[in-house]
Amino acid sequence: MLVIDGVSRRFDTKTAVANVSLRVERGQFVGIIGRSGAGKSTLLRMINRLVEPTSGQIMFDGIEVTKLRGSDLRAWRARSAMIFQQFNLVPRLDVLTNILLGRIGRHGTLPSLFMRFTDAERAMAVEALDRLDLMAAAFQRAETLSGGQQQRVAIARALMQEPSIVLADEPIASLDPRNAEHVMSSLKAINGENGITILCSLHTLEAARRYCDRIVGMANGKVVFEGTPADLTQAAVHEIYQGEEREGDVSDDVAAPAGWLAPRPEVASAPA
Amino acid sequence: MTSARFAAATRYPRFEQPSALAFILWVSALAFIVWSLSTTGLSFDRLARGIPAMGGILERMFPPDLDRLDRILASLLVTFQMAVGGCVLGLILSFPLAILAADGISPNSIVRVAARGLIALFRTVPDLVWALFFVIAVGLGPAAGVLAIMVDTIGYAGRFFAEAMEETDKGPREALAAIGASRLGTIMSAVVPNAMPNFIATSLFCVEKATRASVVLGLVGAGGIGIELKVAFDLFDYATAATIILVIFMLVIIVEQVGSTLRRQII
Ligand SMILES: Nc1ncnc2c1ncn2[C@@H]1O[C@H](COP(=O)(O)OP(=O)(O)OP(=O)(O)O)[C@@H](O)[C@H]1O
Ligand SMILES: [Mg+2]
Repeated sequence: MLVIDGVSRRFDTKTAVANVSLRVERGQFVGIIGRSGAGKSTLLRMINRLVEPTSGQIMFDGIEVTKLRGSDLRAWRARSAMIFQQFNLVPRLDVLTNILLGRIGRHGTLPSLFMRFTDAERAMAVEALDRLDLMAAAFQRAETLSGGQQQRVAIARALMQEPSIVLADEPIASLDPRNAEHVMSSLKAINGENGITILCSLHTLEAARRYCDRIVGMANGKVVFEGTPADLTQAAVHEIYQGEEREGDVSDDVAAPAGWLAPRPEVASAPA
Repeated sequence: MTSARFAAATRYPRFEQPSALAFILWVSALAFIVWSLSTTGLSFDRLARGIPAMGGILERMFPPDLDRLDRILASLLVTFQMAVGGCVLGLILSFPLAILAADGISPNSIVRVAARGLIALFRTVPDLVWALFFVIAVGLGPAAGVLAIMVDTIGYAGRFFAEAMEETDKGPREALAAIGASRLGTIMSAVVPNAMPNFIATSLFCVEKATRASVVLGLVGAGGIGIELKVAFDLFDYATAATIILVIFMLVIIVEQVGSTLRRQII
């Protein structure tokens, strides 16, 4: 179980995350929603310690994550996989090697320098390739893949970590609807079949409603909503987005608009 | 050109009236150039007398004397070996030094500034000066040349390796750090693969540069064919000098051609 207890993070004068407390049960699929700048990324990155909390405590299954140092911190990072909006694969390495790099946190420094992997790890990688429908691209350079394929490679890499928890920061914000659906159902499958806890920030309400057991709404660094998709009333949505929600976002599930997984406008229009 | 743009162009003429400060700077620069030419003693008079002398030397260079070709080629081989040896040692040492010098990759800023300073020192002191230094330190001969080329290579490759690593995308680095990779593991798995095309281009260029440098190091006693050239000139044996110059020319051309072919193929 993940317990976040009174965690804050300040950048100079700006408070990105303000006194957030959350409990996430093992095996849950939790969505985090909120306006741009609400603190979703900062919160996710603090769990993996890519960002250090200014104050507060994060515990996972009795380990005090916020106290870890050196090799203990690396061991925790190996257990808490991170998925990024921009995929962050090593572009010039092939898909198989990228997936195998999911094991790098479990290796000592020396084997990791030469990217040496065991046969068991290779077998695992092939299984992950197959599971994410990437077999045909195994020896292609990661930079030659489509965005959706790259994100699935990133999920395969995360699977290789045999993680206790997956932290996904807007995993579908740069994808078209079809690829977004493929990626989200892959995450859902990992969640259901492997019982891996998933914390996933999302930019559309529809995706959050469709895939998450629980939804956390953030505004100005604070948690302003917590509940099931059914609890997410129009009033709650209004509070999370502070009146900035788009038309499509507030419509209820019955009248889901076309393109419910549409890419974020500012991301979709930015040059690749 | 549309009429509007034409109008704009005429309204803002390309040559504006220079300011007083600019005018003074230009005049000073011009004066300095004239002064430099006069103190270095190159005059039309000397040039006029020098041109026939150059013609005389060239005339005595032909036909090139091939009598000592075997010795010259042996010496050329040593020169090239010096270049390759020094260059490879230099490239190997450049790599860790570049990691220490690269912004965002170096373990801390004091180490980074020190590594940068060392690389800058190696680069700014000319190779002939390094050769003189190493001749005194390790004695006459190719060993001094190898060291001089090694240091010169570090000065160049250290800087460009560091820049190539700094330019790599931060995303993959962050992703591997998030998986729990060590700092060195991240560098080897995310930074190095991305910087590899740059590394290869820089390394090939270093071999070319080292080959050119190795030719003259002999002039100060650091081994290689330079000493043969100096002796030939000192003895007014211009025909042998011509042979030496020709083989040097061929070596440099061959190395540059192979270098550019490899660069094109690999990248
Ligand atoms: N490294 C940083 N330095 C300074 N300010 C930062 C930094 N990272 C985040 N912030 C600020 O903290 C606030 C929260 O940022 P965060 O990235 O967590 O928001 P977000 O909810 O993920 O937004 P988005 O939907 O745009 O990704 C923002 O105001 C942001 O400007
Ligand atoms: Mg974000």
